[in-house]
Amino acid sequence: MALNALEQQALVEINPSQAKPFRLTDYLRLVRAASVVLFVVLWEYFGRQVNPLFLSYPSAIVKACVQLLIAGEFQRQAIGSLGIYAVGLGAALVLGILLGLLMGRYRLAEYLLDPYVYALDATPRVALIPLLLLWFGLGAPAKIAVVFLSGIFPVLMNTFSGVRTVSGGLVDVGRAYGAGEGKIFTKIIMPAALPFIMAGVRLGVGRALIGIITAEMFTAVTGMGALLIRYSSAMATDKFFVPVIFLALLGVILSGAVEALQRRLAPWKETERAL
Amino acid sequence: MLEVRHLSKVFFEQNDPQKPGLIALYDISLSVRRNEFVCLLGPSGCGKTTLIRIIAGLLPADRGEVLVNGNPVTSPGRDRCMVFQQFGLLPWRTVLGNVEFGLEIEGMGREERRDISRQYLELVGLKGFEDYYPHQISGGMQQRVGIARALSKKPDILLMDEPFGAVDAQTREQLQEELLKIWAKTDTTVIFVTHSIDESIYLSDRVVIMHSRPGRIKEEVAVELPRPRWEGDVKADPRFAQLRARVRESLRE
Repeated sequence: MALNALEQQALVEINPSQAKPFRLTDYLRLVRAASVVLFVVLWEYFGRQVNPLFLSYPSAIVKACVQLLIAGEFQRQAIGSLGIYAVGLGAALVLGILLGLLMGRYRLAEYLLDPYVYALDATPRVALIPLLLLWFGLGAPAKIAVVFLSGIFPVLMNTFSGVRTVSGGLVDVGRAYGAGEGKIFTKIIMPAALPFIMAGVRLGVGRALIGIITAEMFTAVTGMGALLIRYSSAMATDKFFVPVIFLALLGVILSGAVEALQRRLAPWKETERAL
Repeated sequence: MLEVRHLSKVFFEQNDPQKPGLIALYDISLSVRRNEFVCLLGPSGCGKTTLIRIIAGLLPADRGEVLVNGNPVTSPGRDRCMVFQQFGLLPWRTVLGNVEFGLEIEGMGREERRDISRQYLELVGLKGFEDYYPHQISGGMQQRVGIARALSKKPDILLMDEPFGAVDAQTREQLQEELLKIWAKTDTTVIFVTHSIDESIYLSDRVVIMHSRPGRIKEEVAVELPRPRWEGDVKADPRFAQLRARVRESLRE
């Protein structure tokens, strides 16, 4: 906002000193970058002192990464994992949002479904993996099921509580202006619950990633999880770090992407938080 | 125009749907002429909000009926539009988008409803704020958006549920004056819920005084102060003071 004439005059009189003392908190991004650089350098230095069976170091990991990429093995496994991840997560998002909306809006749906939802959500998913492998075998369907079960509950629960917290006032506004049940859903409830839904999606994306790796480590046949098992059994610690770092980056990128999407779809929440 | 006949409403306990918790309205009858400005005045819990919600069609009555132009009210309709206490704006829509909401629901095309919404935003003095989000503007401005949204549907009856209860005193006076000016221009009937004695006298042709437990109409007081009331100082008029004393007395009994 530009200063008006009176404020300009006041500014001259106050004459605030321009020179501010140096404060580290003014350079937070720089601090973060320096922290990462320092970490990598220390890792490189101390990593070289340790037996490579236990800990590798950045330059060796980069070398291993290049090797794996040239061999083509890494890409193949990564693409396999990502395909399964996408299918399982997609199903989890669609069904999670749908059930969450229904359970949040209709008490009948809530009371019909919530025993199963709470029970399944409370069960550690890893406990179900042996059963799922028994049902679906070692191939893709079992892994998709694990990803689905890992991803659906945060989405469902968040959508549900999002719909529940939509104030009755807003639903009344819709009704007072003649909206039927369909338009109440699309024009009031869904947009109002969107920040909650997106928070659920963000959690679900992370949980599903855990799900796919866990499933692949169990089956140890294909995918990122299988690579982890293979390289660790072979004591190829430098190679082992390649999928680990890939997964860490993937997690950060996906979570950032969902956050960016949330800012686009629900900008009002973002600015509200800033106030 | 609006006829309320022997209306009663009982609320049941939330955790025991069999147990009556509150007799919100008991045998309410009220008749409002076209273009009349009526205030429902009473303490919290006297059922004034319940009454206006039943008139709006948001709540069913247990006994009695509401007629608008002779037709019984069973659901919300475009002949009645509501202005809410907490403004009821949709936070994800811009000011313009909020005004458009009512017209959009009834299926009006984009261009047409935008034109109409812009006109009403201008009427309430918000030209230039079309693209703001509700949280970026003051409470008083938010309620102007609420009023523009209601007026955009050209309702026969404007229902206002303590619309100025959530804004500061100065803004409140300003909004009262603007409401009277708009009302003079648009010839709608207004039912206005408030618990402020001064507000009810300043605005209305008739103050309907309600009492609680059970919620019922205690008395109706005609306000025959000259209009327009925004010129000069109506509140300094001795007749205003007399009305205020009388209404206060009636509320106290």
